[in-house]
Amino acid sequence: MSANAATGDFAMPPPSSAPDTAGSGGGPAPVRIVVAFGFWIFLLSDIIMFSALFATYAVLSGQTAGGPSGRELFQLRHVGVETLCLLFSSYTCGLAILAIERRRMREFYVSCALTFVLGASFLGLEISEFVDMIARGAGPSRSAFLSSFFSLVGLHGIHVSAGLLWLTFMVAQTATRGARDFVRRRLLCFSLFWHALDIIWVALLTLVYLMGAR
Amino acid sequence: MLGKLSWDAIPFNQPIPMAASLFIVVVVLGISVLIIWKGWWPYLWREWLTSVDHKRIGVMYVLLALVLLLRGFIDAIMMRTQLAIAAGGAQGYLPPEHYDQIFSAHGTIMIFFMAMPFMVGLMNFVVPLQLGVRDVAFPVLNATSFWLTASGALLVNISLVVGEFARTGWLAYPPLSELQFSPGVGLDYYLWALQISGIGTLLAGINMVTTILKLRAPGMTYMRMPVFCWTSLTSSMLIVAAFPILTATFGMLLLDRYVGMHFFTTDGGGNFMMYINLIWAWGHPEVYILVLPAFGIFSEVIATFAGKQLFGYRSMVLATLAICVLSFMVWLHHFFTMGAGADVNAVFGIMSMIIAIPTGVKLFNWLFTIYRGRLRFEVPLLWAIGFMVTFVVGGLTGVLLAVPPADFVLHNSLFLVAHFHNVIIGAVLFGAMAGYNYWFPKAFGFTLDKRLGAVSFWCWLIGFYLAFIPLYVLGLLGMTRRMQHYADVSWQPYLIVAEVGALIILGGIVATIAQLVVSIRTRERRRDLTGDPWHGRTLEWSTTSPPPPYNFAALPEVESLDAFWAMKQRGPAMPPDHYQSIEMPSNSPNGFVTAFFAVVTGFAMIWHIWWMAILGVACALLTLLIFGWKERREVEISGAQLAEAERVRLRPGDAA
Repeated sequence: MSANAATGDFAMPPPSSAPDTAGSGGGPAPVRIVVAFGFWIFLLSDIIMFSALFATYAVLSGQTAGGPSGRELFQLRHVGVETLCLLFSSYTCGLAILAIERRRMREFYVSCALTFVLGASFLGLEISEFVDMIARGAGPSRSAFLSSFFSLVGLHGIHVSAGLLWLTFMVAQTATRGARDFVRRRLLCFSLFWHALDIIWVALLTLVYLMGAR
Repeated sequence: MLGKLSWDAIPFNQPIPMAASLFIVVVVLGISVLIIWKGWWPYLWREWLTSVDHKRIGVMYVLLALVLLLRGFIDAIMMRTQLAIAAGGAQGYLPPEHYDQIFSAHGTIMIFFMAMPFMVGLMNFVVPLQLGVRDVAFPVLNATSFWLTASGALLVNISLVVGEFARTGWLAYPPLSELQFSPGVGLDYYLWALQISGIGTLLAGINMVTTILKLRAPGMTYMRMPVFCWTSLTSSMLIVAAFPILTATFGMLLLDRYVGMHFFTTDGGGNFMMYINLIWAWGHPEVYILVLPAFGIFSEVIATFAGKQLFGYRSMVLATLAICVLSFMVWLHHFFTMGAGADVNAVFGIMSMIIAIPTGVKLFNWLFTIYRGRLRFEVPLLWAIGFMVTFVVGGLTGVLLAVPPADFVLHNSLFLVAHFHNVIIGAVLFGAMAGYNYWFPKAFGFTLDKRLGAVSFWCWLIGFYLAFIPLYVLGLLGMTRRMQHYADVSWQPYLIVAEVGALIILGGIVATIAQLVVSIRTRERRRDLTGDPWHGRTLEWSTTSPPPPYNFAALPEVESLDAFWAMKQRGPAMPPDHYQSIEMPSNSPNGFVTAFFAVVTGFAMIWHIWWMAILGVACALLTLLIFGWKERREVEISGAQLAEAERVRLRPGDAA
């Protein structure tokens, strides 16, 4: 992406007089490193946004204002299936990245399709849970607990939806452009994103569902 | 069809807002007509609006900051004038609902749309040059960041003409900011403007962290980076760590207001103190996001104009990192009166005082750099010395406020207002002005007028003390902040002195504008042909003024701290006999177009025009997909072209 990488790729001769001491004095890093690093920083910022909502949930989870509590609402079996869908989609996403790096295109497309189906199933289950809760009079405006619940889980769901859109886009781009460098860089970022959503979900499952259903 | 928007939104019956609106409309129309008349559109579009050059983007950030400094200052002087006359039974000339909007807009604009763009702009312009590289890590993203910030600023200014602005102060504490107590669109303007510009700032922070950690010239190890790069790095890390909290907090308030949730409401189990905790978990680091780059600027300026290496470089870096970490551990000192208990307050009070230690280290380092240096009293150094004195006063009153029992007395008083203006003007604004005067010749190839620069500095310095020392006294006398009028006439003399101070600051602002105009008109005789007008020490001075789009034809090789100083000591180097070809990113309208749709979406959400909001989001998304579909085009400059360009650039006499 950056112009610096043109001179900064590994082809750059090391400066003769300057020893490469601590802090990588070897000149600009190659594009792939820069892009992935930048995306990591973005993911960290995203996780901080989630942490603000986690903190809010922790403060408000007992504030049911006379309405239903997590114990009455959460169905662990339902959430368990959701979790399995998301975790397996992370696995298939990993397979897709391995496949594209080895240029096994059929394997890549199959893995992407599986990732999409699993991610969409997760989303479908989440929506059905939300619809069910709202139908039972436990919508987001019922109490502070439910506001924070719907926002935290919903934000994760919005991320998953964005991920599905991104995945579709990347498959289309790979199909038309082939496994070019910039396409593979983006796929790498997508997989980082998808795995990060998994990590957030594990925290969410523990804090919201497992601790809340007790 | 148009949601809450109707003709009532235009303040026809209020003379002052109407006059201000008319003025803005006339200025904007006038500039647009001038641009069309002169046929400047293609140039503007090609060279600025779609530019991804970090230098151009930096210049646009600073321009945005200067324009909004003017807007924020008009708010300030209106408030000062109101308080100078509204004593005893007098009500002044501003009705309460208008006065409330003015102090809210003043704070919001000065922090988010003056100080932030000024600092981010200087970082954008300077950091890649100091690191000896050709651009930031993600140039198109960089342009997008800028245009999103500008979108937020635009929305705040639209509120002047269409509708109203928030009346809740610059941080919009609930429950006052909840729908129940602030049903108007003013608060929605505030929230959407800051959400949009906040995303821009976050992306800028990510970009800057990646740039500094991953793109540096060969040999530029961490401990060879100029201090301004260090402070930019820490400031950007704070942006990455703090702005998501702001986004989440405003997001929750928006959900409360738009879909009736109960995060911060007084009913339904909501907890408004949580908002205040969350907003200050962002807000305190924000103070350091602003001030750390200023510290970096002063370090560069003082070392340059003392003609010495910065004293205690390592301790400076360590102090910067210490402040970066500590800034996240003190947020509760903004509301000791919450009632968290003596132990909690004591911990946060002590943590706050501890920050004075690394800051003190910095101050002594600057003093020791000056000690036995050969000072050249150029304008940037004036600002730096003014800062050192003023900031110590502000820091000491800060330590006073960090004592919880004292804070219980001074909380929400004008003492507090005087304190934070003391540090924000004394450090951030002085730093920004020092940086503006210091790097202007690098950006445009000619120096700024020294005499008018000095006039501007002295007006600001004297005006500042006159405007804010009385506020310390008033705070101790018991005057609280955000009062539209007051009964105690014995306060009036102090407020008249403060008004005089504000008028002197106005003189400083006029002098800054005059300095710019005069310098542009006399630019031919103030050309900087060397690229190094101040005898600088860092790499930005090693290239020409203004630098070529690619900054450096061949990346410099860094062998020590103060790399350019060391190069000058070694004597002039022969230009290389050949250059490697380089690739430069081509222009992209992505940022501008995305930001346009962000404004459309924000405006639609503010006025509840749902179809337009959906359309805006869809178009923004479509823009992203369309630009994402194409591979980024890069312009390749071959070695021969580069050599020719360098030959012309380095010998302007031959080309003429």
